[in-house]
Amino acid sequence: MRYFALSGRPVSEITIDAAVNEELTAADLRIHPDTLRHQADVAEKDGNAQLADNFRRAAELASVDDGDLLSIYEALRPRRSTRAQLEAIASRLDSANAPSCAALVREAAEVYSRRGLLRPDRGGHGTEGSAGSDVASSGAPPVERA
Amino acid sequence: MSDRNDDPVLGRIAGLDRQRVNLDGFSQEDHDLGLVAFASIHDPEPSIELDDAGRIVEMDGVPASRFDIVDAYIAAHGIDTSVALEADRLSDLEFARLAVDPATPRAHVVRLARGATPAKLARVVARLRPVELQMAIAKMRARRTPSVQAHVTNMLDDPLLLAADAATAVALGFRELETTVPVLGDAPSNALALLVGSQVGAPGALTQCSIEEALELELGLRGLTTYAETVSLYGTEQVFVDGDDTPWSKAFLSSAYASRGLKMRVTSGGGAEVLMGAAEGKSICYLESRCVALARAIGAQGVQNGGIDSASVTGSVPDGMRELLAENLLVMLRDLESCSGNDALVSESDMRRTAHTVPLFLAGSDFLFSGFGSIVRYDNMFGPSNFNGEDLDDYLVLQRDWGVDGGLRPVSETLLREVRERAAKATQAVYRELELADFDDSRVTEVVLAEGSKDLSPLDPTVVLEASDAIRDRGLGILDVVRALDRAGYRVEADRVLAMGREHVTGDYLQTAAIFDEKMNVLSKITDPNDYQGPGTGYEVSPARRLEMATVRQQRSREQLLAAQATHAGHVRLVELGDAAQGVDPREVCVGISPAFATKLWVATSGLPVGEVLRQILAGLEEEGCTGRVVRVRSTIDLGMIGLVAARLSGSGVGVGVQAKGTALIHRRDLAPLACLELYSMAPFVTREMYRALGRNAGRHAKGLRPVPVRNPYTEEAIEARYHAGTVAMVAIERDECVPDAKPTDLEVAT
Repeated sequence: MRYFALSGRPVSEITIDAAVNEELTAADLRIHPDTLRHQADVAEKDGNAQLADNFRRAAELASVDDGDLLSIYEALRPRRSTRAQLEAIASRLDSANAPSCAALVREAAEVYSRRGLLRPDRGGHGTEGSAGSDVASSGAPPVERA
Repeated sequence: MSDRNDDPVLGRIAGLDRQRVNLDGFSQEDHDLGLVAFASIHDPEPSIELDDAGRIVEMDGVPASRFDIVDAYIAAHGIDTSVALEADRLSDLEFARLAVDPATPRAHVVRLARGATPAKLARVVARLRPVELQMAIAKMRARRTPSVQAHVTNMLDDPLLLAADAATAVALGFRELETTVPVLGDAPSNALALLVGSQVGAPGALTQCSIEEALELELGLRGLTTYAETVSLYGTEQVFVDGDDTPWSKAFLSSAYASRGLKMRVTSGGGAEVLMGAAEGKSICYLESRCVALARAIGAQGVQNGGIDSASVTGSVPDGMRELLAENLLVMLRDLESCSGNDALVSESDMRRTAHTVPLFLAGSDFLFSGFGSIVRYDNMFGPSNFNGEDLDDYLVLQRDWGVDGGLRPVSETLLREVRERAAKATQAVYRELELADFDDSRVTEVVLAEGSKDLSPLDPTVVLEASDAIRDRGLGILDVVRALDRAGYRVEADRVLAMGREHVTGDYLQTAAIFDEKMNVLSKITDPNDYQGPGTGYEVSPARRLEMATVRQQRSREQLLAAQATHAGHVRLVELGDAAQGVDPREVCVGISPAFATKLWVATSGLPVGEVLRQILAGLEEEGCTGRVVRVRSTIDLGMIGLVAARLSGSGVGVGVQAKGTALIHRRDLAPLACLELYSMAPFVTREMYRALGRNAGRHAKGLRPVPVRNPYTEEAIEARYHAGTVAMVAIERDECVPDAKPTDLEVAT
C-alpha cells in the first residue's frame, strides 16, 4: 500500500531535503487514519482482533489534537469524571466520527458507576480541577516500573 | 543464622552466612498475603459461562455482576468466545503438552489461548517444568530473530554522555534503548539526547523515555521518542486504582500512542500486587495472568514482565524464579511481544542472578532483557539491572559458549571511540544549534573516555533543566532535531532521525514484536514470524553471525598466544653433543627436557624464561653436591616418560623431567612412568625458588635420602580456564617437535 501522512503528503516525499528546506510540518510526520485502518486489517488477518480494534480506535484519534488526547486520557482516570462528563466526552467523540472511542468511554462510565470510580456529582472530595483538563495533576504509579 | 543462641556458631554455618546469597530475603509461602508463586488456595477454579448471545456471564468463578474492573475489561474484550468452551474443556495438562510439543503448530496453541481465561492459562503454565517452559518459549515467542533492550541513563542526566552511551549500546547490538530520569524535569533533554545518540553508527534503534504516563505521551507526540512501555497494568482493582488508572484509561492511552504512529507495550510483572499489600490472597502467577489477558484485551502489541521491579518479591518465594519465566510464556501464549524482564537485579548473588537469566537466554525471546543495563551499575537510574555494563563481556562470552544469539556483539575499542565521539559531538552541536546549552570540547573528550558519570567533571544541574524547559516551552520536536543535525554537518544522522519519523507515518512497526534491523527492515511477527517446530527449524545462527559472536576481544590465535615466546628466543643456547650415554656416577642426576624446550618454546607459563628454570634446577643439584646432566628427550612429550628416560640414563637412577611450559617432576628408574617421586604440576605458580628446591630434592633422592617434598602451591582460582588456551598452543608446538624414534641426546648449556 502507498502511505500518506496525515497532511496528505506521500511518504516518499518525506525527505531530508524537504525537512531541511522547511517544507515539512509536524502533520507531515503524523500517521493517516487510512494507514491505521490498513494496519488494523493486517493485525486482524494475523489473528489479533484486539490489536486491530486498538488501531481502529487510533484511526479515529489520528486527527484529534494532542491536548484533547491528553485530556480524554485524564478524564478516564479513576474518579476524575462524573457520569455526565464521560457522556459528554462520548458525545463529542461521536460527533467527531470516533464511534469506537465513544463506545469505550461509555463502557468505562458503566463499569466506573458500578465500581465506584466516578467522581461524585456534588461537592466532590478528594478530586481537584475539572474533569478532562487538569493533565498535570496525574499521580505517579504506585510501583516504579522500568 | 545459627539455630541456637547459647552454642558457638558452627564454622560451616558462619561460612555460609557470609555468602552473598544470604543477603537475599526468602519468604515463607503465605496464601493470605498472596506470597505464593503458582497456586494460592484463594485462586479461583477456571470457568467460563456464556449466555445465549455469546456474552460471558461468569468467568473464573465470578458472575458478571461482581466483575471488578480487570474482569470486566477482559470479559468484554479479551476472550474469543468462539473457542472459550473448547479451551475450558481441555485439561490443564493437555493444554500444557500442546504448548510444549514442537509438532503442534504455534498457531494452534495461540488459537486455544485466545479463548482461555486468566485462571486457565495460569494453571497451564504452572504445569510446566523449567525445561518445558524453555521448549514452549522457543516455539511460542512471536518474532523469529531475538533482540535485546538496553537501559541508557546516568546520574547527571548529562546529554553528551547519554548520547555516547546510546551509540555504544547500538554498536553492541541493542535495538531498543530506554532512558529515564533521576530528575523528572530533565526528561525532554534526555529523550532528545538519546534520540540523537541512538542513530549514530547504525540506523533504526527505537528509543523511549520512561516517565509519568502523560509526560511520556507528550514526548512521543513530539517525535522525541519512538516507542513507549511504561504503561503499567496490575492484576487487582485496588492496585490499578492506586496506580491512578483503569483498564479503560490504559486502553485509550494505547490508542493514543498508536494514533501518532508510536509503538507501545505495557508493563506488568508479578509481585507488584503483593508489594502493594493488595494481592487479595491470589497467587503471583494468577494475577500476572490477569495482567497479560488484559494487555491482550486492550490491544497492546506486547508486554514487559517476568523480572521487573517487583521480581525480588517473586524471587523470595518457592518456585519464584520459575514463575518469572512462566510470566514470559503467558505473554507469548497470548500471541504478544515478550519483553522478557531480566530487568531488575534479582539477587545479591552472582550465581543466583545469572541462574535467573540463563534459561530464557537459552530459549530465546523477542527481547531477552527489557533493560540490560548497558551502562555501569551506578549510572542505572532504574536501579541496577540483572545484567549491567560490568557484565557485558560475560554476556558476550555466554553467547559464544552456547552458540546462542543473545542479540549482542563484541565491539573493538576503535569503533567504540569513534561512535562515542561522534554521538557526543553531534549532541553538542544540536544543543548549540537549538540554543539549549553550550558544552565545550573538553567535556566531549571527558565523555568519550568515561566509564560512567563519576568520571566526568561536575555538571551544573540547571543546565539540563533549562534545556528541558526550552524544549517544552518552544515545542521542539523531531523536525527541529533533524534540521539542527543537518546544519551542524551531521547529515547521516539527520537522515536517520528523519527516517524514524517516517516510520511513524507508515506504522509497520506498530505490529507485534517489531524492531528495525540495521537496514531499516521491520522485523515483526508479520515479517519475521517464529517458525520453530523442533530441531533444524526456527531461528538459526548464520555462519557470519556465529563468527561475529565468536570473535570476542579476548580471543587469541595460536600465533598471538605464542607471541611472548619470540621475545625470549635464543636467551639460552643448548649445544647438541650426540646420543646420550648411560651414566655411571652415583651422584649424577639427568635433567630431561621436552622436545621444544629452548628450541621453539622459550618462556614457561609462569613467565620464567626456560633457561632460568633449567639454571635453578641445576643449581639445586649442585647445592647437594650432585652433577646435573641435561638430556633432550624428543621421542615423547609426556612428562612422566621424559623424567623416566632421564632417570634411566642417570648414574644415580634419579632423574628430573621438565617441559617448556614449566611442569616438572622427579623420577626414579624403577618406578612406573606415571608414578614419580615429586610432581610440580602448577606450572603457572612454580617460582625460581621452587625449581631450586626441586633440584635440591632430586639431589637428596640421588643420595638415598628422603627429602621433604615441595608442596604444590594451591590456588582457588580457575587457573585452568586462565591458562589452558595458552597451554594448548604450547603443547601443539611440543607435539610438532616430537620425533618418536629419536634417541635422547646429551646437551651442553652454552655460557
